[in-house]
Amino acid sequence: MEFAFLLAIPLGGAILLGICGARRFAPDLNAFLSAGTLVAACALTARVIAEGNLLIAREQFFIDPFNVFLVTLTALVGCTTAFFSRPYMRVELERGRLTAGRLRLYHGMYQLFTFTMLLALTTNNMGLLWVAMEAATLSTVLLVTLYRTRASLEAGWKYFILCGVGIAQALFGTILLYFAAEKVLGSAGVTALLWTHLNSVKGQLEPTVLSLAFVFLLVGYGTKVGLAPLHNWLPDAHAEGPTPISAVLSGLLLNVALYAVVRCKVLVEGSLRSSLPSQMLMGFGLLSVGLAALFLWRQRDIKRLFAYSSIEHMGIISFAFGMGGPVANFAALLHMTVHSLTKSAIFFAVGHAAQKTGTQIMDNIRGLLSISPTVGWGLMLGTLAILGLPPFGVFASEFLILTTAMKEQPWAALFLLVALGVAFAAIFGRVQPMVFGEATGKRLPHAPALLPVFTHLLIVLCLGVYIPPYLAHWYREAARLIGGF
Amino acid sequence: MAQLSWDLQLLNVCAALLLLLAFAMLSQRRIVTLVNLLALQGAVLCVATLLLAWRTGEPHLYFSALLTLGLKVIFLPWLLRRLIRQLEVYWDTEPMMNIAGTMLIGLMIVIFAFGLAQPISALASTATRSSIGVAVAVILLAFLTMITRRKAMSQIVGFLSMENGLFFAAMSATYGMPMVVELGVALDVLVAMLVLGVFFFQIRERFESLDLHHLESLKEEK
Repeated sequence: MEFAFLLAIPLGGAILLGICGARRFAPDLNAFLSAGTLVAACALTARVIAEGNLLIAREQFFIDPFNVFLVTLTALVGCTTAFFSRPYMRVELERGRLTAGRLRLYHGMYQLFTFTMLLALTTNNMGLLWVAMEAATLSTVLLVTLYRTRASLEAGWKYFILCGVGIAQALFGTILLYFAAEKVLGSAGVTALLWTHLNSVKGQLEPTVLSLAFVFLLVGYGTKVGLAPLHNWLPDAHAEGPTPISAVLSGLLLNVALYAVVRCKVLVEGSLRSSLPSQMLMGFGLLSVGLAALFLWRQRDIKRLFAYSSIEHMGIISFAFGMGGPVANFAALLHMTVHSLTKSAIFFAVGHAAQKTGTQIMDNIRGLLSISPTVGWGLMLGTLAILGLPPFGVFASEFLILTTAMKEQPWAALFLLVALGVAFAAIFGRVQPMVFGEATGKRLPHAPALLPVFTHLLIVLCLGVYIPPYLAHWYREAARLIGGF
Repeated sequence: MAQLSWDLQLLNVCAALLLLLAFAMLSQRRIVTLVNLLALQGAVLCVATLLLAWRTGEPHLYFSALLTLGLKVIFLPWLLRRLIRQLEVYWDTEPMMNIAGTMLIGLMIVIFAFGLAQPISALASTATRSSIGVAVAVILLAFLTMITRRKAMSQIVGFLSMENGLFFAAMSATYGMPMVVELGVALDVLVAMLVLGVFFFQIRERFESLDLHHLESLKEEK
């Protein structure tokens, strides 16, 4: 029941807002619907806490410790972003950057995007997972180009084509997976792509086919995760789209794509009984961290800066999943959670800052503290959190990842430490004058919606100090499920 | 070698035609012809699916043949032709590489594709396992078409041709994916093309051209 609502609210909302998304109350309706989705997600979570894993609708959907917290996280960030976008998009409308018709597109697609992500997370069918991932791209392409500027059209095209080609590779991988599964599970066709079934027979799946499949799946979904060298679309799409979209792309879509990769890795590793998938994940992860740390220095646009920071963090998480084992997996899951919350909080603050100063170029944003102390502090605290300073949650997860790496991959640990240091210097050096320098902008009449920013940061702070027992339990269960060599 | 039954022979002819069409697309610069070739590729795919459906008696293959006919032979080419007329993009500009060179690379790709498909074909139990290599080759050739073109429209045709290749791969290796997945994929392709239609007009409105040269300003600052 809760589950039906979880998917029906955003889907119905997409249709509803597609019809009346241009009205004055549409932003409020959007926020209200997202809050409804969050309530459904919480109810579902409560049920999972009470009853354990769920298989729904003839095994087509399933909830296990690995996806339950991601569902709640997605609904939560989706909800806070909708609340953030309420005043934000109104200001954009008043300033004439948007028309009412485009706002309708925005609201409808926003709900559709939420729907596709929740579908991708909860479906048990690897084929449907692919369909949902592709639909998530499609629903955001027109959002990236919402402002119709030259740069945004270019970003949208890049996003469409690169992710389209990437996801086509993933489809080939899925076909190969089905090919291998059909041999074991029979060609009844209905069950052969269900993850739970695949997982129970993964030891019998043909290793050569699966290793080939994994290459395609990793490249395909990895494009959407933004792993280097397939990350080209990511900074452009983040920088040129409206800020609420940057927040959900970074905070949610990347997580969902990584979730797909890890689901595939579990199957492939079970079949191969070797560390090939792990090594590939670690390799892509380290490359992403290294490249992102270098590119951070070159950025002038604040949203691009934090987009590269997302690539860096996705690299860290991939690396941790690659290392495998209970501690590293636990840390990776925690990092997924805190990164998503922190990064979306940062984008909210950045959005307000850019709106107040009228620019995204960092050199032109100065002295946020004197223009608007709350935005300034929000950005500063968010930055400190994402850079891994204690007591925020990012510190805890990065600490765990680094200490595990020192034991298992000492060279990689050294590399990671250097890259993290480089990234720290790059980001902090940019953000510090923006917050504390001489003011350039002037006060604007509208009050920023900072509740989402501080809510997220508070949760991240709490997770750094104390992880609720059921969450820790899910992390441990999921970590065991993901396994690894 | 044992004599192949006539339907299998026909299926092999279809596979050969698909490969030939992929090469034709690689060298074609007139965009309308490119779309026609795509429609033809769809038609061959549809015939192959029908033959296979008849051979195996799988009902869902009939359905997916129908889907291919409606979507890839009739609707998408119609949509693309309409876009071409409205946007007046008839010719692609000089490709990034000369045609002879592209063809040579294409040949190497085919050899590579057969190498790649070898382990899969060896394990497959379907009657059409020999054409898995062709399917992989079509996918890679379509990819090559995409990266050597400059006009957005030709890239899209390449993208759709790649989708045809994927569909053929699924068919040769496993007699098609489960119905729900196939429907989902078809829906995604359809939506992608509709999004693209909107998108093209946006690009057009802003740049007065669909040449992707204009879309190269977002590079990393040096």
